[in-house]
Amino acid sequence: MAPQISTLRRALFMPAIASRFMAPSALSRSFSRSADEDCSTFTVDIAVQFKGHNVEPPAQVVETSAKELMKFFKDMSRMRRMEIASDQLYKSKLIRGFCHLYDGQEAVCIGMEAALTKEDNIITGYRDHCTYLGRGGTLPEVFSELMGRRNGCTLGKGGSMHFYKKENGFYGGHGIVGAQVPLGVGLAFAQKYEKVKGVTFALYGDGAANQGQIFESLNMAALWDLPAVYVCENNHYGMGTAEWRSAKCPEYYKRGDYVPGLKVDGMDTLAVKQAVGFAKEHALSKGPIILEMDTYRYHGHSMSDPGSTYRTREEISGVRQERDPIERIRKLILLKEIASAADLKSIEKEVKNEVEDAVAKAKESAPPDPSDLYSNAYVKGYGTQAFGCDRKHSTVVLP
Amino acid sequence: MRAPPSTVRASKLVTNAVAVKSETASIAATKSGHELLLFEALREGLEEEMERDPRVCVLGEDVGHYGGSYKVTKGLAEKFGDLRVLDTPIAENSFTGMAVGAAMTGLRPIVEGMNMGFLLLAYNQISNNCGMLHYTSGGQFTIPVVIRGPGGVGRQLGAEHSQRLESYFQSVPGLQMVACSTPYNAKGLMKAAIRSENPVILCEHVLLYNLKERIPDEEYVCCLERAELVRPGKDVTILTYSRMRHHVLQAAKSLINKGYDPEIIDIISLKPFDLHTIGNSIKKTHKVLIVEECMRTGGIGASLRASIMDNFWDYLDAPIMCLSSQDVPTPYAGTLEEATVVQPPQIVKAIKQLCG
Repeated sequence: MAPQISTLRRALFMPAIASRFMAPSALSRSFSRSADEDCSTFTVDIAVQFKGHNVEPPAQVVETSAKELMKFFKDMSRMRRMEIASDQLYKSKLIRGFCHLYDGQEAVCIGMEAALTKEDNIITGYRDHCTYLGRGGTLPEVFSELMGRRNGCTLGKGGSMHFYKKENGFYGGHGIVGAQVPLGVGLAFAQKYEKVKGVTFALYGDGAANQGQIFESLNMAALWDLPAVYVCENNHYGMGTAEWRSAKCPEYYKRGDYVPGLKVDGMDTLAVKQAVGFAKEHALSKGPIILEMDTYRYHGHSMSDPGSTYRTREEISGVRQERDPIERIRKLILLKEIASAADLKSIEKEVKNEVEDAVAKAKESAPPDPSDLYSNAYVKGYGTQAFGCDRKHSTVVLP
Repeated sequence: MRAPPSTVRASKLVTNAVAVKSETASIAATKSGHELLLFEALREGLEEEMERDPRVCVLGEDVGHYGGSYKVTKGLAEKFGDLRVLDTPIAENSFTGMAVGAAMTGLRPIVEGMNMGFLLLAYNQISNNCGMLHYTSGGQFTIPVVIRGPGGVGRQLGAEHSQRLESYFQSVPGLQMVACSTPYNAKGLMKAAIRSENPVILCEHVLLYNLKERIPDEEYVCCLERAELVRPGKDVTILTYSRMRHHVLQAAKSLINKGYDPEIIDIISLKPFDLHTIGNSIKKTHKVLIVEECMRTGGIGASLRASIMDNFWDYLDAPIMCLSSQDVPTPYAGTLEEATVVQPPQIVKAIKQLCG
């Protein structure tokens, strides 16, 4: 997709880009290792214009560094590999039930992490594998949980839709569409109550955007100036229903009415980083704001949905060719001569091995102990008895 | 339509009909202590806990500046501020969800449903998030919320405002549920519920708010899982809770005059049942009558009968009798409404049938 840079910006930034091309020797680093450490910043244009609703959009340029771009590439490649591996595991019946994959949308969670800290909270719906990884989760924890093993991130009892990491500010992982948004407002309420200088990002999809509780909780967040940012990950399809068939107004960033909104190209990691940083500032000083991330999922809604009955294969492959977030970062890295194509290939190989090792390890690990059926139903000290379904097979005192 | 002020005044007028002073008021029948009404006892418990722990906060409709539609939170917003006694918009689903989210980070919110029936709108948040998050997160999150509000059949409030939700919540795993019936246990259970790390539903009753009793001056906390022995006896075990306790006590006067010796137990804990206290009583009397206000189908009595049969079958001399409300929406007309709910003469009749 041709970057739509305004003529003014072109005039401002052409010299900078030109100088880089004019002195290639200064840039000939052939090893990604040094690129990984290079923190010197430079600016990059954001191709697609931000669109603001009742707010002045942030600048169309963002600061980044070689180190950051290399990290984006590696992290997104890892996430992509993880989702593809999950696809295969589901097809081999090692993952059961529901499995909602995030491939295509990686730029949203990676861009968010680049602008946030652990003081900030993230809460999302069921498409949470990559968001979990972004918040400090590890591949073995993910695969063990997906396969229902005891060393999974929620002890094998949550499953795909219930990943949590409290110490890193990741509050899940929720199965009921939209129900996580009032929880997110509660997290923001607690931040205000405890005077913590952080912001809560409550993520939901274009399908959930029509839930009443979104508007109810938005009203409360705006009324009490809670540090909440609503992020609508608009991948244009609520399972099989396209946005134009379910929403009278599919411009989700405008639906806050009295709450400002910003539309962001959700396939551009740097645009997401810029927007999220902007939104965090806004939430801390002026109150809630809605971010609409224009993104896309390659897979169907879940593994039971082929994803091609309500959209064409050409559309899917078209987006993959023109807007894929990983390819964008790859092109940027190559353009800036931060690393070579071979370096990037070897990173991809490294990440593939990481994923395969984690899968192998998870396959070996043990399922939960039968006594785990009763653990954590109530907090320790409850002391009441629970029975197996025939009241004879097992009788346990709830710990 | 929400409870208009006239209903609040109306419930003050009918005090005598319902407020049967319990003959064996558990502890504080002495000159020490102080006398107060049930809603004041709830407020006292709430205030003490809010003073004790700054993480305790209240949220609900009209709890702050208005003081609560049943005056349970009167004066608290002035004392603790608007953030700790939060007036919410009319959005039960969302503010219950908000309370759960706040609890996930360590706050201890108390959600007031203006009427328990309104909390049906929040059922998803209560069942899925409140009840389940401790389990699905592998123990990472505790949800120490208290969800409280008045339920039960009032004085001609109409079908939608006369709901008994205890039967709907009783099968949700992860929740704990108690019902208060006197000022003494109201204060004690409020304090216990706030201190509990588990989500607790505290069922209050619209018609019991003006019950008067003398309670101790010293601090006390009731046990959430223990039933209350109201009157020891040996002929029959009567299990009851909430408003029906008072109907049972009224019937007991007549029964005692006729020579019966009923053991009356207020079960208090609706989830889980205190089978220890209940079992000891059944082993003594061998006959059980359950008197409840919720509907017959799928009610608390239905579960309790099943539990008793499973555990104490060998001790029973007669089938377990259960008196519940009729399986109808509560009608508006006074006579019909009276017929929906169990009345003292029916209790007397049932005991005569059971004991001979």
